Amino acid sequence: MKKSMKASLVLNVNGKDRSLRITPETPLLYALRNNLELNGPKFGCGLEQCGACMVLLNGKANPSCRIPVSEVIEKKIVTIEGLAENGNLHPLQQAFIDEQAAQCGYCLNGVLINSVSLLNENKNPTAAEIKNGLEKNICRCGTHSRFIKAIKKVLKS
Amino acid sequence: MSTNRRTFIKQMGYVSLGFSMLGTACVLDSKKSVNAFDEIPKRPSEEQINAWIRILGDGRIKVLTGKMELGQGIRIAVAQVAAEELNTNIDLVEVNLAETGVTANEGYTAGSRSIEASAMSIRNAAACAREILKELAAKKLKIDKDRLDLKDGFILNEEQKFSFFEILDGQQIERNLKIPPEFKAKASRKIVGQPIKRKDISQMVVGKHTFIQDLRFPGMLHARIIRPPSYTSKLKSINENVFSGKEGFLKLVKIGDFLGVISEEEFQAVQLQREIFANTEWETGAPLPADKDLKTYIKNLAAEVAVEEQRGDWEKALKSASIQHKASYFKPYIMHAANGPSCAVAIYKDEKLKLWTHSQGVYPLRETLAPLLEMPQKNIHIIGTPGSGCYGHNAADDVAAEVALLAKNYPGKHIRLQWMRDEEHAWEPYGTPMAFEMEAGLTPEGKIAGWKYDFWSDVHSTRPGGNPDNLLPARYLGKSYKKPAGGFKGGALRNSIPYYDIADLQTQSHIFSGPLRRSALRSLGAFGNIFAIESFMDELAYKAGKDSIQFRINHSSDTRSIECLEKLQQKISSVKKSKNQGVGVAFSRYKNSSSYCAVAALVEVSEESEVFVKKMWAVIDAGECINPDGLKNQTEGGMIQAASWTIKEKVLFSDQHIISLDWNSYPIFRFPETPECEVEVIDRVEQPPLGAGESAQGPAGAAVVNAIFDATGIRVRDLPVKDQLAKEINKK
Repeated sequence: MKKSMKASLVLNVNGKDRSLRITPETPLLYALRNNLELNGPKFGCGLEQCGACMVLLNGKANPSCRIPVSEVIEKKIVTIEGLAENGNLHPLQQAFIDEQAAQCGYCLNGVLINSVSLLNENKNPTAAEIKNGLEKNICRCGTHSRFIKAIKKVLKS
Repeated sequence: MSTNRRTFIKQMGYVSLGFSMLGTACVLDSKKSVNAFDEIPKRPSEEQINAWIRILGDGRIKVLTGKMELGQGIRIAVAQVAAEELNTNIDLVEVNLAETGVTANEGYTAGSRSIEASAMSIRNAAACAREILKELAAKKLKIDKDRLDLKDGFILNEEQKFSFFEILDGQQIERNLKIPPEFKAKASRKIVGQPIKRKDISQMVVGKHTFIQDLRFPGMLHARIIRPPSYTSKLKSINENVFSGKEGFLKLVKIGDFLGVISEEEFQAVQLQREIFANTEWETGAPLPADKDLKTYIKNLAAEVAVEEQRGDWEKALKSASIQHKASYFKPYIMHAANGPSCAVAIYKDEKLKLWTHSQGVYPLRETLAPLLEMPQKNIHIIGTPGSGCYGHNAADDVAAEVALLAKNYPGKHIRLQWMRDEEHAWEPYGTPMAFEMEAGLTPEGKIAGWKYDFWSDVHSTRPGGNPDNLLPARYLGKSYKKPAGGFKGGALRNSIPYYDIADLQTQSHIFSGPLRRSALRSLGAFGNIFAIESFMDELAYKAGKDSIQFRINHSSDTRSIECLEKLQQKISSVKKSKNQGVGVAFSRYKNSSSYCAVAALVEVSEESEVFVKKMWAVIDAGECINPDGLKNQTEGGMIQAASWTIKEKVLFSDQHIISLDWNSYPIFRFPETPECEVEVIDRVEQPPLGAGESAQGPAGAAVVNAIFDATGIRVRDLPVKDQLAKEINKK
């Protein structure tokens, strides 16, 4: 273990500047969950293999379990808690409710964040593009077909 | 009596408040939680109505289930049956999940029994409560009971309206359940049988749902376990000087070879876990049979052999048959592989332990922790909190036992322990490997004549059950705890007797003790047995020159089986297969006594012998259906999960330990590989509801393999398909 020293940092999370005292090499996920008490992003693997910890960094889905906080101080970070605007759910949040797209729901954070990112980049993805776009997300319950249905529903409307 | 009752209600009211706060803020007020800590609650007997239903002062109704929410949607189902019988808006119903001293002791949330057991007890209690509420109101108002109605927590007639709470004078209904109670007429049900939406999903999409991993208490500390390099390695030495001065380090708990580190912050614990391991030396453990072919290896292990079913004379029938056929099959170790690693939180204070867990059985866990911790059961309070989906007995109980040991050695603080990904993969108890040998004959008319089935299996459950051997940390404490012998061979027998009309048959079990940790994985032995039996049925149908569905119908006399198969036939009759595509079907009645499920799969096999499952269909009859969308969700998920098991999954190990340590070394289906799913529910309102969470596993696996045969003419008998298909193609 390297000798670690805490530093004062400011992170822009869900549109607000949040200051925290933290060791700079701490992965973003721990800062969000434990320092800022945002429980949306989940620890799944710590290896960037499963997507449970995904957040939007400048609008693009990124795992948060390895990237150190020191590398995201210039970025706009959005978690699942920050997707709704003025109390209105993001259309994908509503579609996930409508399609009841969850079983245990542990992967839902990452799947939803990655879907938002996908639609940010491609307004009209094909079925194959949706599936490939979500390749980084592991779901063990087998809710895949419902997640895909929910995304397609948003595309239709 | 009435004072006692009031105190009791007050305590219950408090517990309820605790849970509401959990749901919204996740942070419990430390002062209150310590107060509650001192009062380990007492609960009414399961015979009493208030064991299941309580009326809250604010107009809500609390339903208490002894089961856990695992993502199967039990919370909404039990709320639906209660709301229906009490004619109440479902938003007024809140559900208290399994908690010692609070909910009924319903054992484990397992075997697809939650609807059959818990939901039906709650339905009984709600129906009894409705009649008692009406009687009490009638007496109070001096009018006939039949002139009163219930609606949304009130009892009313044209002129008056009283809340349930007022009618009860703030008390709870302690009377015993009357069986059978008068249920609401099936025709007038408005909530049961409807696809009512789960409340937790609305919370999940905004990041406000509380998983066990999300619990946070003021001053909470974090912990990690330092694992040996193998199951049986002994600790030789540890250099404590290197890490004891590290920032945030609080304590290394060392009991025998059990090592746990406690720190102020979570990431410190993660770093300390690595650093401490790097400063330990371990003896090499007993070797695992890594170089052996597992199918041959398990068949040669010492085994307990028993004839499980004997009908007629299979040998004579087989000899007289015009066609004889034999085949052998295999499934490897498969893991639960929860998406979120196992987690638990505990605090030990004043010789009492309070523990939050995603265990499937809070009472059996308490019974097992008591001897392990050398504490009386009455001083242990366990609160069930939903975790990541577990699909059976994973590491939930192990992590709970570990954090309890740490808390006992570091009193006064909440301690949170979560496993890392490599621990979850390498240390959970797996679904056991199984081997199968089948032999049967066919008459010239294409009927089965003689059926002989032998299967080899480890035990399918090492759930806590009061025996600390079953909890992982026990064997490292330097006490007399050992590798669990396991129990519940019954899990291996599940669906080993075909649900078909076969006059002459024998089923024989060979129960061995295998090299890796193992316990209940969704459907237990049913997945392997149905995979083998339904693959073999497909082979027999082909030999007999019969349509696969018709062949099954020809051997069925249960009209519910036949209806499932016929409906499935209709679904797939219009499927147009392209080149390299095939359709396969399979059927089973789970446990031969629960839900009926027929599954079809459409697969495509590439030139490189890669298998893509394009679409899966299921027709399921689970008796009376409480929530059709929940039932569909479980069945879709079951099909996708079982297809992943079948095509891709196998736990790998070296001579020292498991080497499937992450999602690359243990790949499962990802989005591009998953099929579209379509599920049809046959709702039989006149029949009792049957558990359905595990019904799709077996037929889904067999349907995929049967579809591969349809596409390629190649029969894959040893799983996983991805290892075997290329070999079989090369053989040709």
